[in-house]
Amino acid sequence: MSNQSSPTITVNRRESVEWTPGMTVSDLVRHMNYTFPRLVVSINSSVVPYDAYATTEIPEDADVRVIHLMAGG
Amino acid sequence: MKQHSALVLAELSYTIPALGHGYAGQSLHVNVGSPEVSSRPVTEDMKDRFIGGRGFDLWLLWHAVSDTTRWDSQENEIVISSGPCGGTAQYPGSGKSIAATISPLTDIVVDSNAGGHFGPYLKFAGWDAIELQGIANHDVIVTIDAAAGAGGEGRVQILAAPTDCPVDTHLLGHWINDTFADSEQDRELMAFVTTGSGSMKTRMGCLNFSLYDRKRRDLRYKQAGRGGIGTVFRHKHIRAVVVRTPSFGADSNGPADPERIAQTGADMRREVTRWDPVQNRMRHRGTAYLVQIMDDYDLLPVMNFRYGAHPDTHLINGAVWEQAFTQNLPDGCWYGCTVACAHAVDNYRVQTGPYAGGCVIVDGPEYETVAGVGSNCGIFDPGAILEINFYCDTYGIDTISFGTSMAFAMECYEAGVLTKDHTGGIELTSGNAASALAVLHQMAQGTGFGLIFGQGIHRMKRYFVETFGADAAFLDDIGMEAKGLEYSEYVTKESLAQQGGYGLTNKGPQHDEAWLIFMDQVNNQLPTFRDKAEALHYFPMWRTWFGLSGFCKLPWNDVVDPKNALSSEPAKIPHHVENYVRVFNGVTGKEVTVDDLIRMSERVYNFQRVFNIRLGKGLREHDRVPYRSQGPVTPAEYTSRQERYDQQLREWLGLDPTALNIEEKLVAHRTHRTRQYELLTDAVYARRGWTADGVPTPETLASLGIDDPDVLAVVRQHL
Repeated sequence: MSNQSSPTITVNRRESVEWTPGMTVSDLVRHMNYTFPRLVVSINSSVVPYDAYATTEIPEDADVRVIHLMAGG
Repeated sequence: MKQHSALVLAELSYTIPALGHGYAGQSLHVNVGSPEVSSRPVTEDMKDRFIGGRGFDLWLLWHAVSDTTRWDSQENEIVISSGPCGGTAQYPGSGKSIAATISPLTDIVVDSNAGGHFGPYLKFAGWDAIELQGIANHDVIVTIDAAAGAGGEGRVQILAAPTDCPVDTHLLGHWINDTFADSEQDRELMAFVTTGSGSMKTRMGCLNFSLYDRKRRDLRYKQAGRGGIGTVFRHKHIRAVVVRTPSFGADSNGPADPERIAQTGADMRREVTRWDPVQNRMRHRGTAYLVQIMDDYDLLPVMNFRYGAHPDTHLINGAVWEQAFTQNLPDGCWYGCTVACAHAVDNYRVQTGPYAGGCVIVDGPEYETVAGVGSNCGIFDPGAILEINFYCDTYGIDTISFGTSMAFAMECYEAGVLTKDHTGGIELTSGNAASALAVLHQMAQGTGFGLIFGQGIHRMKRYFVETFGADAAFLDDIGMEAKGLEYSEYVTKESLAQQGGYGLTNKGPQHDEAWLIFMDQVNNQLPTFRDKAEALHYFPMWRTWFGLSGFCKLPWNDVVDPKNALSSEPAKIPHHVENYVRVFNGVTGKEVTVDDLIRMSERVYNFQRVFNIRLGKGLREHDRVPYRSQGPVTPAEYTSRQERYDQQLREWLGLDPTALNIEEKLVAHRTHRTRQYELLTDAVYARRGWTADGVPTPETLASLGIDDPDVLAVVRQHL
């Protein structure tokens, strides 16, 4: 999905992901196959409410953090 | 409790104390060898410095043994304690028992915790801890009857085990109930610790902690699995330890501020019931919810940790277990726990072995069991996993050590290290559940390949080299053990921090010290050695605290109100940490802070490190890990994730992978990854206040208030 000529966003300070207009948090979570249910998502340092993932659009060049909380018995 | 006609070998009558602020104020010492029973005071110093639970275990064990004590020595003890908050039914997950001993697998101290009713019942019966010492000539049963006298009198007895007393837990449990319970109330107020025939001939015996399931009107069990404590139990010729508590209620733990606990607990219970259904579904799937998620992130151990995912994982994932588990029952392993993750399969028809055809309850399987005896062994058949789970439990064998050892043996077989000549005709190929079960039954009988297998990976490696001429370096690479303990079930190749979370530990590679894979590998929150070292300081200390106080860790981080996202450090789940401060203060009457909780753990953690050094380990050389936990060992592993590994060669080392053959790539990775682990070790030791050899400095011990002369004497030999 990464392509130098395409607009991108950065996920977790490491991964460059192709950006598309209208891309939502839910779209990104699905694309990354982040199936863990306890995530904390922020866009440019602003936390996205849990119930707004489907409606919150990610802007181009955004710094997105998808923090997985601790697991492991 | 019904009085049995068995020969009484020793007896102690005692007055049951009222619990004050979470403590009974005394511990019970039982020597099954002499035999004798005595009461010992729990001092204010013990409470202040070692808190309870694992802290009491270590303190009592330290004073019971010498530098040369080994797991099978007379003076070695099994110590079991709950902790001051144990038995607090108002807050979820407050019923833990923590057991410790010198381990037959690691030759150092191992601690292991379990749910069930024993720990709280022991305390309600008047004892903050029980020490089991000595080796009996013949099998014994220890009974603690806090309903023996009408006037608050209790009685402890060591009984000669009658000849009709079974060994394996699912039979022994019913025998105990039939023998000692006079009524349904007796059954509800009794709890016991057992193991089984598998622990007698192996080093990986577990302890089963009972709970009487009032809804099912039947017995259930939770396991303190790690490190072979069950093996020590049977070596002492103890068949069971049974406690009968007096009737108890919400204030039986003697809390200083019941209102504060009740309020905090009510908030937490609401949080659990609101969010668990849309998060992990622990109330329906238990910890097995994690199976599919680990597969999705390439973290599920498959075929001896070679891979992190498998196309057949959907056959054994949480959705499958949700269907298999009996639903709509209050499956908490202690009263008041709304997380209620202790599920079971009822009416399971046993397929193999001595109990074939019988109808039983199978507790679990939990994530570690599904991953250990399932995916890690290439077994994706839920029926086979249940069968192995049942037999491991009733034989008293740790499912984690069994699963990881079996995965190792299967890879050895497929690599030609083992043949049918070595296994006695058992075809030990990956995915062969019938063969795994055949070995399991041999372990219980102490026969055939099961006898070798039951010694664990550390000793199997040596045996295969010395007896079968195996390549020692290859076995060291693929044998997933450290310090002699088998790994629990997470792939760590891409998380340096979790490699440390398994290696830079006190008891060995068990994830209850630290689980940092998401923070490190997925979230990229720990980019520097300093970040990793800080996490490998904070989280092991925080997690240690659960074992001091009597809490289960799961309610801390396995269900979380999304408001946590707005906190300054979401990974620590600060509002839950504050809950624990409130409950601890509400029980003990102290006014401690979060920092104080960490300090409590740091003290006990460092004490355990010194204890290991005292026993001849606990140094840097003992914190090394097998290369399979650090990176790809075989060309097949490399090829399976070639894009990732090639990319890492470019990013990390500036190498052109197209110019290298696969052997050269493997060497490049190994050189880099093993070096990273050494650098991590340096950083962690410095953060923990240890020398470069992993020894806590006298300054560190003094700052923690454990610079006792005998403690300092141990470390000074290594400075």
